[in-house]
Amino acid sequence: MLKKLTLAAVLALMALPAEAQTPRPGGTIRFTAAYGSSFSSMDIHATNRTQDEIWAWAIHRRLYSWDTAQNKPVPELMTSVTPSAGGLVHTFKLLDNVYFHHGKKLSTDDVIWTFTRIMDGSKGFPGARYVRNIKGAVEVEKGQAKEIAGLKKIDDLTFEMTLTEKSDPGFMFMAGTTSIYPSDIGGNADYITKPSGLGPFKFVEHIPGSRLVGDKWEKYYKPGKPYADRIVISIMGEAAARDVAFRNKEIDVSILGPTQYVAYRADPELSKNILEVAEVFTRNMGMNPSFKPFADKRVRQAINHAIDTDLIIKRLVKDKAFRATGWLPLTSPAYDKSLQPYAFDQAKAKQLLVDAGYPDGFEFEWTATSNESWGIPIVEAVIPMLAKVGVKVKIKPVEGAVLAETIRKGDFQAYIWSNATGPDPLTAMKCYHSKTPQTACNYVKFANAEVDTLLDEAAATDDAAKRIELIKKANAIVYAEAPIWFFNYNKAVLAYQPWLKGLQANATELALQHYDEMWVDASSPAAK
Amino acid sequence: MLSFLLRRLMQTVPILVAVAGLIFVLFSVIPGSFESSLMDDGKSMIDEQTVQRIRKELGLDQPVAVRFVRYVGSLATLDLGTSFRTRQPVTTVIAERLWPTLKLALAATLFAVVLGIPLGFLAAMRPGTLIDSASMVVAVSGLSLPKFWLGLLLMYLFALTLGWLPSFGYGNGGISHLILPAIALGVSPLGLLARTTRAAVLDIMNADFVRTARSKGMSEVRVVRWHLARNALVIVLTTVGLQFGSVIGQAVVVEKLFAWPGLGSLLVDSVSLRDIPVVQGCILTLVLFFLVVNLVVDVLAALVDPRIRYT
Repeated sequence: MLKKLTLAAVLALMALPAEAQTPRPGGTIRFTAAYGSSFSSMDIHATNRTQDEIWAWAIHRRLYSWDTAQNKPVPELMTSVTPSAGGLVHTFKLLDNVYFHHGKKLSTDDVIWTFTRIMDGSKGFPGARYVRNIKGAVEVEKGQAKEIAGLKKIDDLTFEMTLTEKSDPGFMFMAGTTSIYPSDIGGNADYITKPSGLGPFKFVEHIPGSRLVGDKWEKYYKPGKPYADRIVISIMGEAAARDVAFRNKEIDVSILGPTQYVAYRADPELSKNILEVAEVFTRNMGMNPSFKPFADKRVRQAINHAIDTDLIIKRLVKDKAFRATGWLPLTSPAYDKSLQPYAFDQAKAKQLLVDAGYPDGFEFEWTATSNESWGIPIVEAVIPMLAKVGVKVKIKPVEGAVLAETIRKGDFQAYIWSNATGPDPLTAMKCYHSKTPQTACNYVKFANAEVDTLLDEAAATDDAAKRIELIKKANAIVYAEAPIWFFNYNKAVLAYQPWLKGLQANATELALQHYDEMWVDASSPAAK
Repeated sequence: MLSFLLRRLMQTVPILVAVAGLIFVLFSVIPGSFESSLMDDGKSMIDEQTVQRIRKELGLDQPVAVRFVRYVGSLATLDLGTSFRTRQPVTTVIAERLWPTLKLALAATLFAVVLGIPLGFLAAMRPGTLIDSASMVVAVSGLSLPKFWLGLLLMYLFALTLGWLPSFGYGNGGISHLILPAIALGVSPLGLLARTTRAAVLDIMNADFVRTARSKGMSEVRVVRWHLARNALVIVLTTVGLQFGSVIGQAVVVEKLFAWPGLGSLLVDSVSLRDIPVVQGCILTLVLFFLVVNLVVDVLAALVDPRIRYT
């Protein structure tokens, strides 16, 4: 089964639209933003939501971008990045042909100005969590300094970045919240509504709650790109409406939920143009060790054995997920294919509960949202399975914002959520480092000295292969300790029109696409 | 009339203050917060330091009482505050969405009036006939059809099957994008208007003055035009006014379904993201609309029916 899953993931990555044809210039890409009824802000520094990154990938650029083929961050705006021997100092050499949409040429001043803006302590920009890794950034955040000491301009295209601890800047500065802004915007309030970036499309209009339109940036730094003349990103939060619009050929792509996934797979035409990828999201039920029964590893393991996870994935999630066999997902470079899933074995679960001192079971409160793939519908399916081993469940229904707050504050006995587990495997695994606070991502207050040591060693080593092995070992220990019910890894599914080319299986988030690589052929209704 | 208008306008002030207070208290006690909503996708982790800075910047670190006093003080100067999400003034955020919602509500009401009133009239003029029954089936169906489901059906029929209209979006603000959402939103008031008109006309048809008019040999056309229509108009007008107000409030579902950039979809998003200043602003705007529409209806009723006098 695991082999099949792994193969499926690899195939998903390989099953990209293989463009033998020459990219066709012109036309309009009609993309969709499916995660809400609006964009939060036109200031991408102020928002870290995927919905906003969808437009930001058209308008802005970060220092790094995500290479979907290599499955790793790669330099985007630089010709070279040279780390020092100790790995703390990185020398960046910027490209010499990069222009903002209002004509200003990119220079090191823009990078330094951007990172200084992000560290404005009065703003609380989410990207500060990345920039804070630069030496002296915290001082700027606290108002104790005006410049980030760890950013040193060497010349207009070269700068040095000194980090506070050894880490790959690629994973930090590929985030949309660290997009590079032009330093000459100053206090221009218009910039927030009419952004000027380095991306392949320049801002034309934003109708709040409806769409964002961008036109091809003629001075884009990649010659010949973007291929399309225009991009229209329509905001379409309703899956049913998106389905009609897609079938009506009004939009070029649609993110599919489980129900639509079944329908599209069954359709002989629609099934030809479906892009699937195992995203770096792990769905799980977190168990709070402050609740006495969950403090016992045997109880947590019993939960994992008592649930027929495969059945739920098949029947409820409609196979739009891969069985989880650890915290790190299939597309993570540190995915451990040797780990076997917890067997559905209720007799073993019952025995584990007896051994833990709960022969009659116990009752717990399970906090969940209404999400169809990892919310109350799943909990309701699990309830009778747990009841068979004597564990009773009381559902506490909440909405998304409340779930996040409840978990962050540790005010739960159990929760079900979908958590990002990539792209950086070390960052993802650090959620199980005892020094990671519950308010960050160690929601289940996991503490294991061996895991701490392995993760510390992984962070310290310069040997990439060794780092992966150390992370794998930590992942295996976490899996055995079962602080969560390992439910599934999300299989993201994107339906696309036959005329749209150049889509990529982005495992970090399938809805985020490299628009400069995409093009529409002559059969598109928006080909002209 | 002028003193009536002034009095009614003054009455809106305590209502708006009460609504503002209610919304403030409600969103101060319900769980969930803006900073948590930034993390609800399970991906966007924000460290605690940033959370605290966001709270400080937005003034959320202040006690509820202090925030309430500031809020009421701002309201007194017609300042609805700043959106947590966009960092723009709430008035700007709402202004961008106001016209699409008004346009949709006006179109839906027009659709309801143009079809609903004649339908009700027709049914009342032929009581107990097939026309009456058919009209009332249409009216009751319109009242009971869920807007979401009806909207999907309309999309399926007119966009996907017939290809006559676009299925979603605002387009360039033209009429083609407006038709389907307006019908989806207008069917319910259409049903209510048809039923109200029918009941009002039936009631007036049995009145003494109508019987007298007929006995004096007045033609049926004149009876309908001078007696039935004018007397029924007051009731119908009141219903139209109330429906216009409620249509603005009901637009939420339709706006979300059709990706229509109005106040409704803004309100829903703002609630889930806990953008409280925008939520407060949207609700106050909707309430204000309702009050203004009611006032306009009262004035129009007085103009139509000389028996109504305001002191």
